Amino acid sequence: MFPGILFFVFAGVLIAAALGVILARNPVHSALLLVLCFFNSAVLWLLLDAEFLGIVLVLVYVGAVMVLFLFVVMMLDINIEEFRKGLASYWPMAAAVAGFVVFAMINIIVVKHLGGMSLRSAPTLAADYSNTRTLGTALFTRFAYPAQVAATILLVASIAAIVLTLRRRRGGKLQNITQQVAVRAKDRVRIIKMASEKRP
Amino acid sequence: MITLTHVLTLSGLLFAIAVAGVFLNRKNIIVLLMCIELMLLAVNFNFVGFSRYLGDINGQIFVFFILTVAAAESAIGLAILVVLFRERRSIEVEDLDTLQG
Repeated sequence: MFPGILFFVFAGVLIAAALGVILARNPVHSALLLVLCFFNSAVLWLLLDAEFLGIVLVLVYVGAVMVLFLFVVMMLDINIEEFRKGLASYWPMAAAVAGFVVFAMINIIVVKHLGGMSLRSAPTLAADYSNTRTLGTALFTRFAYPAQVAATILLVASIAAIVLTLRRRRGGKLQNITQQVAVRAKDRVRIIKMASEKRP
Repeated sequence: MITLTHVLTLSGLLFAIAVAGVFLNRKNIIVLLMCIELMLLAVNFNFVGFSRYLGDINGQIFVFFILTVAAAESAIGLAILVVLFRERRSIEVEDLDTLQG
């Protein structure tokens, strides 16, 4: 019973925050409300016994992706009022599409219950069940190759992001490594022979 | 008692809100990217829910990969956005028509 109440509380906050994301006037508020969405989702995933993914959601999304979003939103100096112009005309379209999506899903999920499947309660887990251990065992045995591919995608993405935003400044002082390595002592230091000076 | 119906309904509502957000904020690319993140979150909810109620860990593995790809996608998307803003001083979708034939 208690997890059920928790589920409804966090689901309510999640839906409210998601509505806030799409309705907020300021993109900074949208980003912060999206952070709230991710926190609530993490709690809901904990309630669904997906502990590892819940923690990963907080670490990766709240810790990295949303900070990136906030950084970009604050760095770009955008005119907020410009965006709000003419939004009223999009309302009926948005409501119609969202209504259709909800209607279709409710029809399948709530009315037909996926053929009775979605009414079953969750299978009970063993007392020593460890979500992280199960996930890790699957990830590093059967899914080892996809995991490598995912790692490569992340590497490529980070390099791409750096290359895209890298900007060479005019007049910046850069090292020429080849020249520095190729230099010899005789290019820099000249040894001359001279008679020693007499102390006055 | 949480059943699969609750999880799927929540996920469907979240997805519908994100779709409505795409329509409502069609000028602002940053909020569009946030709506895409919301959609992915809704999809992940479905995966986690089915994984739990069918007792199959593979769904959670898939969520793991979706999270990876979504992080890569948002990183590249935001990088493109920054470059775009430098070039155009604007991120309005209507200004981005250079590629049309």
